[in-house]
Formats: sequence, C-alpha cells, structure tokens
Amino acid sequence: MSALLQVEGLAKSYGGVHAVRGVSFALDAGTILALIGPNGAGKSTCFNMLNGQIRPNAGSIKLEGQEIVGLPPRAVWRRGVGRTFQITATFPSMTVRENVQVALLSFHHKLWAMVGYAGAAHRPEADRLLALVGMEAQAERPCGELAYGDLKRLELAIALANNPKLLLMDEPTAGMAPKERVDLMRLTAKIAREKGIGVLFTEHDMDVVFEHADAVMVLNRGELIATGTPEQVRRDPQVRAIYLGEGLLYDAKHREGSAA
Amino acid sequence: MEFLLVQALSGLASAASLFLVASGLSIIFGVMRIVNFAHGAFYMLGAYVAFTLTDRFAGPLGFWGGILVACLVVAAVGALMEMLLLRRIYHAPELFQLLATFGVTLMVEDIVVLIWGAEDLMGPRAPGFTGAVTVFGRLVPSYDFLLIALGPIVLGLLWLLFHGTRWGVLVRAATQDRDMVASLGVNQKWLFTSVFALGVFLAALGGALQIPRTTVSHAMDLSIIVEVFVVVVIGGLGSVTGAFVAAILVSELNAFGILVLPKISMVMVFLVMAVVLVVRPWGLFGKPEGTPRAAAGLSIRPWRPMSALERMGVAVAILVAASLPVFAGNYALSVGTEILVFVLFAASLHFLMTVGGLASFGHAAYFGLGAYGAAFMVKFLGAPMELALLVGPLLGLAGAVLFGWFCVRLSGVYFAMLTLAFAQIAWSVAFQWVEVTGGDNGMLGIWPSKWASSPQGFFWLTLAIVVIGVGVLRMLVFSPFGYGLRAARDSTLRSEAIGIDRKSTQWAAFIVAGTFAGIAGALFAFLKGSVFPENLAIPTSVDGLVMVLLGGIETVSGAVIGAIVYKALAIWLMSKTELSKLVLGGVIVVLVVAFPKGIVGFLEDLRHRRRRPPAPDGAGPEAAGYVAKVEAAE
Amino acid sequence: MKLEVSGLNSHYGPAHILFDVGFEVGAGEVVALLGRNGAGKSTTFRSVVGLVAQRTGQIRFEGEDVSRLPTYEVVRRGLGYVPEDRRIFTELTVEENFTVGRQPPRAGVATWTPERIYELFPNLGEMRKRPGGQMSGGEQQMLTIGRTLMGNPSLVLLDEPSEGLAPKIVEQMADAILTMKREGLSIVISEQNLHFAKLISDRAYIIEKGRIRFSGTMAELEANPEVRDAYLAV
Repeated sequence: MSALLQVEGLAKSYGGVHAVRGVSFALDAGTILALIGPNGAGKSTCFNMLNGQIRPNAGSIKLEGQEIVGLPPRAVWRRGVGRTFQITATFPSMTVRENVQVALLSFHHKLWAMVGYAGAAHRPEADRLLALVGMEAQAERPCGELAYGDLKRLELAIALANNPKLLLMDEPTAGMAPKERVDLMRLTAKIAREKGIGVLFTEHDMDVVFEHADAVMVLNRGELIATGTPEQVRRDPQVRAIYLGEGLLYDAKHREGSAA
Repeated sequence: MEFLLVQALSGLASAASLFLVASGLSIIFGVMRIVNFAHGAFYMLGAYVAFTLTDRFAGPLGFWGGILVACLVVAAVGALMEMLLLRRIYHAPELFQLLATFGVTLMVEDIVVLIWGAEDLMGPRAPGFTGAVTVFGRLVPSYDFLLIALGPIVLGLLWLLFHGTRWGVLVRAATQDRDMVASLGVNQKWLFTSVFALGVFLAALGGALQIPRTTVSHAMDLSIIVEVFVVVVIGGLGSVTGAFVAAILVSELNAFGILVLPKISMVMVFLVMAVVLVVRPWGLFGKPEGTPRAAAGLSIRPWRPMSALERMGVAVAILVAASLPVFAGNYALSVGTEILVFVLFAASLHFLMTVGGLASFGHAAYFGLGAYGAAFMVKFLGAPMELALLVGPLLGLAGAVLFGWFCVRLSGVYFAMLTLAFAQIAWSVAFQWVEVTGGDNGMLGIWPSKWASSPQGFFWLTLAIVVIGVGVLRMLVFSPFGYGLRAARDSTLRSEAIGIDRKSTQWAAFIVAGTFAGIAGALFAFLKGSVFPENLAIPTSVDGLVMVLLGGIETVSGAVIGAIVYKALAIWLMSKTELSKLVLGGVIVVLVVAFPKGIVGFLEDLRHRRRRPPAPDGAGPEAAGYVAKVEAAE
Repeated sequence: MKLEVSGLNSHYGPAHILFDVGFEVGAGEVVALLGRNGAGKSTTFRSVVGLVAQRTGQIRFEGEDVSRLPTYEVVRRGLGYVPEDRRIFTELTVEENFTVGRQPPRAGVATWTPERIYELFPNLGEMRKRPGGQMSGGEQQMLTIGRTLMGNPSLVLLDEPSEGLAPKIVEQMADAILTMKREGLSIVISEQNLHFAKLISDRAYIIEKGRIRFSGTMAELEANPEVRDAYLAV
C-alpha cells in the first residue's frame, strides 16, 4: 500500500538562496509525524508548499498517489488536506459556530447559495465538530474575543470540517500554556488515530514532539538531516549538535540515554 | 517621422510634472502608508501661489524665486496638515485616511475659488525660455527642453537624498519598520512631517512649473490626481524610479493616444494600466505588500438577523415612508425620492465595502452606467420607462463585470485607486463621446411613464424598488454567499485554506453591488429626467463613501441611515451656502477624526456597553490568551 | 541603580498583560528576565521603552523618571532596546543599519563606531555593503545588537538573543555580551534558555503570567529547583 503522503525531492529557493532542497519523506494514514529544526531551517516553507501556498521549484507531492504540486490551497483542501496556522487564522467577525459553518458550507459546495440563512446551515454537524474539540459551550461567542488556546481548538475544528485525510499543523501549541499544550496534542492524537488521519506538525516544544509523534524529521538549512522514531532522533549525535544541544531544553524523562 | 519625434518630445515635457507629483505621492505612501488624495490639491495650490508670486515679482529672479518660494509655502501648508490632521488618524484604516485627505481636497477647491476667483489664469512665460527651438522644421518650446531635463535631474537628486544622507537612510528604514526607527532614538513624528513636506513640495513644484505651459484653473487638482494614481499604480506605490518610468509611459501614451483615438485618449492609458496590474499587481517597480491591514468593515461583534421587534420597526418605518405623499408637498417628495435613490446606492456600496471588505472609490461608475443605460433605452430605442428600468441597470452590471474582473485582483489602497481610475474612464467616455452621450450637455427628456409621472407615483415606485433592493442585499448578507464573502474579507489565508475562491467570490460581490448601483442610477435618471457625466464623477462616488461611513462601517444597517441623514443634510446645506465643497469637506474631515464609527456604530456601542459591563481586570483565560497571541505575533 | 521599574501594568486592548511588574538593574550588571513563551517578557521590555500605549507604573533610568517620555526620548537617554525578532532593515546595508542607530557620544559611556562593532562581531566586518535581508539568522542577530550599540547606550535590553540560533552562534553571542559587560554596560536579557542565561547573568527574575514570581542571584535560582521547574519550561 502506498503512503498517504509521498514527498519527493522538494526544493524551493528565493533569489539564489536555497530555503528547502531535496526534501523527501512519506506519511501513512493514522500516524503523526513531527518536523523540527532551528528557526529559518525551512519548516514553514516546507509547510506552505505542502498546502499549495508556495509553489516549489522542483519535486513532487503526492496525496494518495495523486500529484498536488501546483494546485492552489483551496484545491489542495478539496483533496482532503486540513491546515492550522502558526498564528491562528479564523474569522473574527463571526461567532465560533459560524466559523465552522462556513467551512462546512464550503465543503458541501453551498457557498454560492444566495438565499437562506447561513447561520442555520449544518448546525448539528458544526456542533458535533465543536464538541469534538470541547468548544460546544462557546458556540455562540464572538470568535474575536476567544482566548488563544480556544482559538487554536477552533482552528482544529475548522480544519476537520472537510473530513481531512491529512492534517497540517504549523506550531499547533505555540503561545499556549503547558497544560493547554498537552491537552491539545492529546486531543489531536486521539482524533487522528480514531479517524485514520495523517498528521504532520512543526513544533519547538520537544516535550510535545517526544510525547506525541510517531516519527520525527529534523530539518537544517533546508535539508533533512535525520528521520526516525523520537528515540532514534534523540540519540542522533548530529541532531544533538545542531538542534537539541545538551538536552537542557526539554524534560528529563525524555532525556534518557543522552549524555546529560 | 519628424512629427512623431516632436510629439514624443512634447510627451516627455508633460512627463516632468507628472513625475514630480507622482514621486511625491509615492514617497509619502512608502513611509507613511497614506495615499494622499490631497496631493492634486497641493499641485494646484503650487500653481496658484506661483502665479501670484511670479505675477507680482517680474524678472528672472522674481520668476524662479517665486516658484521656489511658492513650493516652500505649499510644503509648509502640507506640514501643517500632517501635524493637525494626519497625526490623529495614522492608526485608522486606509479608507479613512483617503477620505480625510479627500475632504481636504474639497475644501481647497472652494478656498482657491474664494482667493483667486473662478476664472482661469494665465501665468507669465519663463524668463530665458520664452522662445522655441526648431526641431526637424517644427517649433518646440524651449521651456519643454528645460522640463525634459528636469525629470532625470530630480530623480538623481532624490536618489542622492535617499542614499547619501542620514535623513534618507532614516526614511528608508522607516519605510520598512517605523517602531524600530523610534526604538533607535529617532523622532519619527518629525521624520514623518518632513517626508510629508518633501512630498508636498514636489507636488507644488509640479504645479508651479506648469504655469508657463497651461492656464491655472480650479479643476486642475482632480485631473492630475487621477493621472498620478495611474502613474503610481503602474510604477508601483512607494517606488520613485517606478514613478519616473510610469510618468514617461503615461505621458507618451497620452501624446500618441490623441493621434490614434482622439476622442477617448485616456482609454489607452487605462488599458496599459490594466495589463500591468494583471501581470504585476503591485506595479512595475513595486513590491508586494507584506501584511495587509485589516479590511474595512471588520467588526468583532457578529451580525445577527433582525429580531421580531426590529422587523416590526422596519415595517412601521416603511409604512410611514409610504404615507409621505399623503401630507408632503411636491418639493419634499422629490427630495424624499432622491434620498431613497441614494439609500439604494449606499446600500450597494455598503455590500461591497463592509461585507466584501473592498472599499471602492469609484462606485459612481455603476450608478452612472445604470443611468446612461436607461437613457440610451429611452433615446435610441424609444423604450418605455418600465423596460428602461429593467434593461438600463444591465449596463451597470456589464461595467461591473468588466472592471470588477481587474479590481478584485488587488486589495486595499490599490483596489481603491483602481476603482477610482475605472470610474474616471467611464466618466471621460461619457464626457468626450459627445455623439452618443451628449457630452457635457448630458441627455435630456428621460421621463417616467404616465402612471408614475406624478411626484407621488414616482415616489411610491422608487420606494417599492428601493425596499426590495435593500431587502435583497440584506438577504445576501446572511446567505451562504454573504458568509463566504465575509470569510474572504476576515482572513484570506483561512478562507483559501477552506476552499473559498476569494477572487471569484469578490468578483460576484462586485457585480451584485454594481447592478444595484445601476438600478439606483436608472431611477435617478427618471427622477431628474436627464443624465449628465457628473452622475459617474468622483464626487458622486465619495458621496456614497461618506454615507456608508456616516452610518457606521461596521454595521449592517448603517448605510441606510447614513444615506438618509447625509443626503438630507447635503440638500439642506446646498440651499444655504455657496461654499458647499468647503462645508462638505469640513464635515468629512470632522467625521473621520471625531466620529469614526458612524451613527449606527455609535448607537450600537452605547447599547452594547449598557448590556454588558466591561470585564473586570484580572488574569482571566481571555487575558492570558491575549498575551500569548500578542507575544507570538510580535 | 541604573534602572528601576516598579508597579508596571500594561494592557493590550481589553487584556491586562502585566501586573505590578518591578525589577532593578545595577550599574554594570547582567540581569536575566526568565519566563516561558507568552509570560510577558517582550511586553515588559516594550513597556519600558514606551512602545506599549496602555501602560502605568514608574520607570526610573539613571534616577530620572522616563515613564512619560516617548520611545525615542527614552532611547536617546542611553537605554538601548534590541527586539526579539531582530527587525533589521532588510533593504539597508550593514553600514546603513548602523547609520540609523547612530547617536552622539555620551559622557561616561563607551562610544561605539562601526569599526569597534566589527571587532566585537568579526563576521559583520566582512559584509559591510551587504543588505540585511541577505544575512543568516546569526548575522542578523549580531547586526541588531550592533545597531543598538551605535546609540552608545549605558544599558541594553536584549529580547531573547539566543532564540532560533545554532548553539555555536549562541556561544559567540554569550562572549559578545560578556565583552559588552566589560565595557561597563548594564544588560537585561529576556530568555527561555536557562543554560544560556546561566553563562552570562549575575541575577535573574522569573516572570509568569505577567507577574514577577522570583528574584535572586543565579546561585539562588540554582538552589531552588522547584522554582525553576514550576515556572520555566526547561
């Protein structure tokens, strides 16, 4: 069986500077893959190429065997790719539920309907998605006044509206309190495993990475320097030298086997 | 061949002034992110002040000294405007800044007439450059050669200023990151004031140098500002080199366009601009804008459909309006009908601007096209009113289909400037194509059918159409389409990531708005019995903007209230004063500075505040979330 | 005291971010402000230099109350600020970036010239005409510090100078900060990386949810693992 996502030789350069080069990897349905690396290593560029925001100079991105390079983000979404952003992108002028309803209307190809009240459309489905992320109690609140952690959860609900096969999460826990981080990632992992969704996420918090990822890729200067289980990556001397350092930046329980 | 060369020289000479004004606009935008609509007014002031000074002090010293002093005086006026007005609105949405500077433009137009009179003025010739040079047997004014040389000289001086002085380096730094410049100990207030003064100086110089070539008139501001917008849009906002190249391009197109399409030479220029924008949406030398500012109309208080009580209130209001003919006289009825027409016009603009987040500065184009469409039906096909009212607006729709396709490729100020430019094309076609449109004389005798010809009958007809029109627009706001449109406005990133085609959605909204404006225009033609080029001119577009703004840009119903209040006020003011532009401009400026949320927005704020006391200070989850968001965004 | 901050309260819109934050910095001292992402470190620095509009509290710099002064006036008195995301002017060359930061010499404070900054960061000396946008993250971090030094400050606020940098560059950064200290500068760094903070700091404050939770010497912090574990996500 071929992988859900198969990336081959992805490359992008800006004005002669290689932001990403020769990145290849595969992701299976129901697994969680983390992409880590120092700032400016090309993680965001990688992500933006995967969902069509940036067009790569070279390489192939296959979703269930179909090429998606060159498609705009909205077409990539139609193929079943959900996405959350590092700095949340939601619709602040709408209520929490309406945010999800718009995504559902789009999924059901109904956004061109000019009659009918959109606030009444797909309500049960929207509420079910909100319940899934634990936001059902806040459905009527204006999205613009949500706490940051709640916005992240709302984004997850929006990203799930098209029954995605693949979920791209760019620093899903950035700016959240430690407990919120753990909760959000547990929730994501649970949903992913239940629904067989492949998840690719970038993250700076090594606790999150080592706790939840099935596999970890390390990007440095645009190139993958290591891929493997969290355990393998943690022990990789090159990764330690370039990124993890002496292991002082994450929990001791993830540090067994390291020199420190 | 010789003739073409001479024509090219004349184009180059015209390019000089255009470049001066456009570079000033571009520099100001680059640093302050303000599109200074009043730039044309400063150009005009430069010409008038230079006229007075050179008229009084003869001789070479008097002339050249007079021009220099005139520019300095106008630059000082500009600095004053920056300090008194712009400093208050730096953090307001772009639309408000455009409107405020437009208000200043209106005021200057009346002030100029007050000081210098309405007659065109003939300035002196430039001492030492009064003769002509023979080029291939044709005479070319020697002054033209001076202007041709001046363009590259100013470009070079500006380059030196920006790359060779500390002030220039500071300005370039501030263009990228204003707060960081302040964090390095630079007083950015004065930096801004000096940049603004430099930009205004260049505009005034462009105007002052025109006096030996053309007459000085109180309409020269609007004619140049549209060309300047075209130049900076083609060249790229913020790029002085772009302004230089585009000024030459536009001037040459004008010079040769007259030979190819004598009647509608402007159209050539706009076609080139359209092509440039499609290929490079941020102009030839411009850079894509980083993070766009929040679109107009963004409210964090979600809109709700009306409650039963509110529906009843609306029904009562319509009934009251419908009973107006029973007790009101003919004059009051015609005023009432005009107000209704503008309610529909404002509601259509509101749909585009508030719901779609696209602030159009040329919405009158579709109003005027609808009016002309109705007039064509009556005049050329002898159609009755009923048919003309149905078919006429289709011309507005067609215009919106065509222009909208280009406009939705852009956003923010680029969108505003492009809509303005397209409206000016429509206007110049109506103005110049005398055989079809009657030009300045307009088209007369567009009267309603007999059954609707009484003031009462036409009032009721208009009321019915406007109520249905506004109702349909409101239904669209709450329809799935309206939600998709708001989604595209709220977050382009997110809407593209959930499969929304932003451009198509916004294009559709543009067409809807244009069509309803066209309906209003067709009604207006039958109300007045005539159509004129003014119907699609800039002041009509701005009337619409002010109505939406006055009502409250973040609200659903503001446009209706704004249109009623503003139109009634404007009609009353016109009957009271000769200086309507001065008063109107003043009202706009005060409105933008003191009352940015509009009437309905203000009332909603009051209601909201009473209902929910502000959350007490404390580290609630909200506050904690907010810190993280702010810090993450920094 | 070089810098005394007390009762600092800051708001962004409706959100209350800082609660009675207070700290002090002695002459020639290196002080670390430690805390997690979003704890309020950046807001504290931005508040001190007057970049946060809604702010109350007292900020005394060299004995003078600067809390009501606009940002550029605070900076001109010798309080330098290096923001967290570097914010170099990408279109300007290295030399031009320095030009923006240049201020007249100040009595009793080390005077910086581009040449002296190239001594501190030799990498920069090799790329004087290069636009800031074409430099690596580490070089940009050096440039942003150098640019602030051009203002001849007597105290510098450094917001997360180690963030996103390779360990090798972080070591260089630590050396540079210690050199600046030897020149007599007072320095406040905000950090999440305790390891880095330990290399250079004399004292530390821990901030969490907008409140100062701990203050003491690095040795005292070392002796208090429970404090460290409670407030720092190390």
